[in-house]
Amino acid sequence: MAETAIGCARPTGSVVGAQPAKSDDTTAIEQKETPVSDIMVGRPAPDFTAPAYHKGSFTQVKLSDYLGKWVVLCFYPGDFTFV
Amino acid sequence: MSASVDSQFVHKIWDEEELAKMIEAGGVPFPMIADAAGRVGQAYGVYDAEAGVNVRGRFIIDPDGVIQAMEVLTPPVGRKVTETLRQIRAYQHVRETKGAEVMPSGWEPGKKVLKPGPELVGHVWEVWDPKKDE
Repeated sequence: MAETAIGCARPTGSVVGAQPAKSDDTTAIEQKETPVSDIMVGRPAPDFTAPAYHKGSFTQVKLSDYLGKWVVLCFYPGDFTFV
Repeated sequence: MSASVDSQFVHKIWDEEELAKMIEAGGVPFPMIADAAGRVGQAYGVYDAEAGVNVRGRFIIDPDGVIQAMEVLTPPVGRKVTETLRQIRAYQHVRETKGAEVMPSGWEPGKKVLKPGPELVGHVWEVWDPKKDE
């Protein structure tokens, strides 16, 4: 994984293939009401790309780069929380 | 890999200042993802929009990119790593045997596996005793 440039902007993760929401799009509200998640065991994991910190470097993670390996993906509420 | 709505910069300081003191390897060995807007969490159904954070979702993804297991907890209770490892080993065994062998409840590596087939229907009790630690 190549180290990524650091800036003050706050880039975040996105689902691979997802269209960015347009602020002037009148269908934005309708889109919000549509559940994005279609998660099920036995079905493909949604691919995503997101900035990350990895062993001293800032990198970009893409889930599909890990095809061929077992992956554990853990979400948690926040750094410096207690559990 | 792990993911929260914290920035990669906060991940760095958390790793350096706290986690490195709790981990024998001297720091987190896997990528810590910055999911600032919760988009990745939303895609996995674990983003709590009201709280603005991801809840404790854990997904085991196989080498084909297929979700084999998932567990979602509310924030106050932590996970058990050995249980995640047990499940990964079980799914790896299933994959190695191409599904010919399956794991009964409570299975641990080295313990009895079952071979599904017509002969086993109604006869699981004869070959596997859940009360025995085998």
